[in-house]
Amino acid sequence: MSVRDFPATEEERGGRQLIEMAWDPITRIVGNLGIYTKIDFKQKQVAECYSTSSIFRGYSVFMRGKDPRDAHFITSRICGICGDNHASCSVYCQNMAYGVETPPMGEVIMNLGESAEYMFDHNIFQENLVGVDFCEKMVRETNPGVWEKAKNTAAPRAEQHGYRTIGEIMTALNPFDGEIYKLGLQYSRMTREMFCLMEGRHVHPSTLYPGGPGTNANPQTFTDYLVRLMRYVEWMKRCVPLHDDLFDFFYDALPGYEHVGERRVLLGCWGALNHEGECDFQYRHMTTWGRKMYVTPGIVVDGKLVTNDLVQINLGLRILLGHSYYKDWEEQGKLVDRDPIGNPVDIRHPWNARQIPAPQKRNFDGNYSWVMSPRWFDGQNYLALDTGGGPIARLWSTALSGLVDVGYVKATGNSVVITLPKGATLPEMQLEWKIPKWSNAIERDRARTYFQAYAAGIALYSIDKSLELLAKGETKTWESFKVPKEAISVGFTEAVRGVLSHHMVIRDGKIENYQPWPPTPWNANPRDSFGTPGPYEDAVQNTPIFEENGPENFKGIDIMRAVRSFDPCLPCGVHMYVGGGRTIERIHTPFAAEVVP
Amino acid sequence: MAIKIPPIPEINLLWLNAGLSCDGDSVSLTNATLPSVEEIVLGSIPGLPKVNVYWPLVAYEVGDEFLQAFFKAERGEMEPFVLVVEGSIPNEKIKKEGYWTSFGNDPGTGEPITVNDWLDRLSPKALAIIAAGTCATYGGIHAMYGNPTGAMGVPDYLGWNWKSKAGLPVICVPGCPVQPDNMAETLLHLLLFAAGKAGPPPLDEMLRPKWLFDATVHEGCDRAGYYEEGNFAKEYGSQKCLVKIGCWGPVVKCNVPKRGWMDGIGGCPNVGGICMACTMPGFPDKYMPFMDEPPGSTLSTTLVTGYGRFIRTLRSSTIHTGDKEPKWRHKGEQLTTGYIPEAY
Repeated sequence: MSVRDFPATEEERGGRQLIEMAWDPITRIVGNLGIYTKIDFKQKQVAECYSTSSIFRGYSVFMRGKDPRDAHFITSRICGICGDNHASCSVYCQNMAYGVETPPMGEVIMNLGESAEYMFDHNIFQENLVGVDFCEKMVRETNPGVWEKAKNTAAPRAEQHGYRTIGEIMTALNPFDGEIYKLGLQYSRMTREMFCLMEGRHVHPSTLYPGGPGTNANPQTFTDYLVRLMRYVEWMKRCVPLHDDLFDFFYDALPGYEHVGERRVLLGCWGALNHEGECDFQYRHMTTWGRKMYVTPGIVVDGKLVTNDLVQINLGLRILLGHSYYKDWEEQGKLVDRDPIGNPVDIRHPWNARQIPAPQKRNFDGNYSWVMSPRWFDGQNYLALDTGGGPIARLWSTALSGLVDVGYVKATGNSVVITLPKGATLPEMQLEWKIPKWSNAIERDRARTYFQAYAAGIALYSIDKSLELLAKGETKTWESFKVPKEAISVGFTEAVRGVLSHHMVIRDGKIENYQPWPPTPWNANPRDSFGTPGPYEDAVQNTPIFEENGPENFKGIDIMRAVRSFDPCLPCGVHMYVGGGRTIERIHTPFAAEVVP
Repeated sequence: MAIKIPPIPEINLLWLNAGLSCDGDSVSLTNATLPSVEEIVLGSIPGLPKVNVYWPLVAYEVGDEFLQAFFKAERGEMEPFVLVVEGSIPNEKIKKEGYWTSFGNDPGTGEPITVNDWLDRLSPKALAIIAAGTCATYGGIHAMYGNPTGAMGVPDYLGWNWKSKAGLPVICVPGCPVQPDNMAETLLHLLLFAAGKAGPPPLDEMLRPKWLFDATVHEGCDRAGYYEEGNFAKEYGSQKCLVKIGCWGPVVKCNVPKRGWMDGIGGCPNVGGICMACTMPGFPDKYMPFMDEPPGSTLSTTLVTGYGRFIRTLRSSTIHTGDKEPKWRHKGEQLTTGYIPEAY
């Protein structure tokens, strides 16, 4: 990129030297992301950051005029790692539009499928993608001092996970030959088998339909799942303590590490895993059934719960164009003026939003991304909520609401307690995720491992439910429906990496508008129309630099940890400036010392 | 005539995932077990060339450091290499400026390098190109009617008669996403070819591996017996044949019901999911709306229903007979098995 791609900052005009560096594409994520930052090496801090996405596919464009029943088949293809979250969300959205309620067994099957998705996806991301940022090879290359310390630091929970020192944990995370890395891949497959038992295929399910899944609810479906689930439960009993040890060590070894990727607590969670029997998918009951979800929806600002009401959450959604490559839609007018219970709906709400692509040159003074900027309007401010990669927001919201209590999982008001039953190798274990002091890289990563256990807990509960329903002979999974001529509807769930909503407007029995809003636009968006940075930009800006390498062989590991903690899921790259003087100098990220075998 | 090449001791695998895709084919390959990615990378199969993988999903390196392999390949410093393409190829010529999708920046100009540009740069030097998934093979979802990007498959872009340095056409492994072992197995076959141990993967006229895509979904479906007996599901959740509620299995080339989705588990019609024809070049438009009965199946199912019902009645009677044990299995002092003792 050229030196003048970036607008000059006050510091730069004041003679501070910032050097530009570039990472594009960012690997070990799903999709294309670009983040451009300026770093002040003297202050050891990132001065400025821009996030960009380099891909446009046009779902909302080509879905217009299609049969609404095709929506979940199509939208699953938005994402190649959590496509089933889209398919589920679309099914929920269609259920509302068609006025159909999934039979309890159908809901249980979907919850088992979606729980398996959380177990799989967080697992592969944690051990095989983000884990590499904490592996021996990486730490040796970026912070040799930290590696020396890790080798000599006893792991406090060694008895639970089996690794004597933090150094041993880091070695086990080495790509392809580390033990945890290899086990991570294997468990990612076993959990996908569990997923396929419920939803047919990973990642684009074959058995999901509006009205319920087409999966056969026979005893084998559930016992095949349960046997694998208990193997995963045993794995979790090692994994959670292992990650606690690893992450606690970073706070000890690098004082101030809590500021890496830190931003104000501005978290959104749209709730997940509907209560079988309580969720009728009707908008007018959405507040009630939303609070019955097994992951409680909520908006958390500065540690306080703002709302857990899905209707309120829905009405506050706003899509701002920001600095993206689209034309505005306001002149086309509203498609939806009132929600189904008479509340006014804003022109910038997803029901009224439209995508009008305008490809153009990338310009950091102007437009620089294919991502728009979703915000939540609290009546005064357009809040740039993030999802923290999913788990931290889900656990925080669920903990504060204190509504979930299913035995295996209990929300206490300030924590979430997960009880994993005795298995083949390990006794019963209780884990407690406590609300952390920060919304930062380490806590996002820590929450992920806890949420894997959380999902296993909900799955255990759902298996109990499935056996109860089988015993009662309630094996019906699907309910018939008719597509209405006109309807508006919304589906809410949690994609693996955070909030997911699908909004649909049906006219003449066809899709008039379909708006999927997945987590990554919330996290990866560029500066909005008010100049407010998106969460990646915000979290990377002011991130302190702990890497021991200087600008000449700088890997940007602290920035990578900050960005990857959000579990990015779109095509992206990171570019940054590093500096001290007037000249802005371009520095490529250093070449690989060696190639991964 | 089968192409043969001298054995290659070491090969590079460059994965371009930045077509219009969801990365689902990359994710799918991590799900493969026959062989798994670890087995390919760690060299667990005898005689294969050493494989260096440059794959964004798992790469240790980031950004420019990662991209070096691609720049080197362009300069002819990475041969021999296999290029895997994931995602459909947009038409970058239909607009004045900007890009639909890009992969890295040009070091000279600082501008994003489009995926089309990468294909132009790398395709002349590739030993082989594998198009992974239906987007890359034929366009797929992103090439649906009404799409703004003009998306197409790799053979549409490079030309259906395009040949690699080794004389191979684009190897197309369709599926949305690609079935994990279908992808791993095709890759393995290609590596065996590179090792001089096998011929090139045999392909059909749509460039699919023949042995994987020869048969239809229906021919491999364990619900085909219901079809034969004219026994059709009217509701989802039924274990009967799904053709009357949207399954395209009888006319779709794909091995998923036979193979399952992974290690024999899951699939489509075999586990209650209609076949939406996601492996086919005509996907998705020719099969929408997915949940309606395929037009052709009205006739075929009507024809089979009379015969099927008759056969089912006959079989039902035979099943009834077979469901009872022979009458000589009983307690008591009498032996009625027909055994004739010499003496007790």
